[in-house]
Amino acid sequence: MIDRTDLWLVILGLGFGSYTLRFLFLGLVGNRPLPEWLTRHLRYTAVAMMPALVAPLVAWPAATGGQTDPARLLAAAATLGVGLISRNVILSILSGAVTLVAGSYWFG
Amino acid sequence: MAAPTQSSDYWQGVRAGLPFLLVIAPFGTLFGVLATEAGLNLFETLTFSVVVIAGAAQFVSLQMLQEHVPALIVLASALAVNLRMAMYSAAITPHLGGLPLWKRALGAYFLIDQTYAASALHFERHPGKTLSQKFAFFLGTMTPTCPPWYGFTLLGAWLGEAVPADFGLDFALPIAFLAMIAPALRTGAHVVAAFTATLGALLLAWMPYNLGVLCAAALGMIAGAETERRMQK
Repeated sequence: MIDRTDLWLVILGLGFGSYTLRFLFLGLVGNRPLPEWLTRHLRYTAVAMMPALVAPLVAWPAATGGQTDPARLLAAAATLGVGLISRNVILSILSGAVTLVAGSYWFG
Repeated sequence: MAAPTQSSDYWQGVRAGLPFLLVIAPFGTLFGVLATEAGLNLFETLTFSVVVIAGAAQFVSLQMLQEHVPALIVLASALAVNLRMAMYSAAITPHLGGLPLWKRALGAYFLIDQTYAASALHFERHPGKTLSQKFAFFLGTMTPTCPPWYGFTLLGAWLGEAVPADFGLDFALPIAFLAMIAPALRTGAHVVAAFTATLGALLLAWMPYNLGVLCAAALGMIAGAETERRMQK
């Protein structure tokens, strides 16, 4: 169970923080360009943060008590592969889900 | 040709934002389902989406809260995911910076991946548009993206109450993340960033409080930026 104090701290803190990031230039700093090196790094925040978060979840799933699970590895590969080829989010999610169900049956 | 009016700019914006419903609908629903499975009630789930209004950061923080990571680390990680919003804010300022403060304050709230992407593209293609036409277009892109984000979150929360807990949804989150990552790998530099971050996260998994994730993400950003710099030479 998620602690209620933590939950609300995160919801309100994240809401405030995200709004500040969005308002920062439009509302406060105004029409001054960001330094080149900074925008260059900011371009890669999402594409670095998401894989960093997902890698341990795929390699050591909580549901198997941290044991590497072939069905989940395959499902992750299928999601990423179909996503890369089709660029279609829904197709990619479905491929991952089907592979997970089929893989769990096969290896299970 | 019809005379250009603010209303036609608004509807152009709506049309430009409409395709994003294909992303908003599944992720909004999934967030609602997962938040409910994690024990959040309807009010908490909906508030999450209304207050934060950023899909990836919401998924990140929900996952970490479930792992009982300290709230400060959760905040730092989720805000790191959202750092790109500052870049959007800077990039949109030359177009919307002339608006009165209350409109800028309102616009900032609705500055999400989809409204930014659609508006930045349109403003670059039509540099002659007036300030009010640009704002009308921006509000147009917001209409089929932001309210549906709340709506589909709510739908997901209702569905989540119907689905029995322990329905094998533990892996839905990684799959959702991977589905978000794949289309974002647009250039070699993006691939380098993602690969470095992945490797880093696995090698730094021993660090306490999920700090390995933050460090790995920083390494990935540096690797991506450095690759881009070298490719430009």
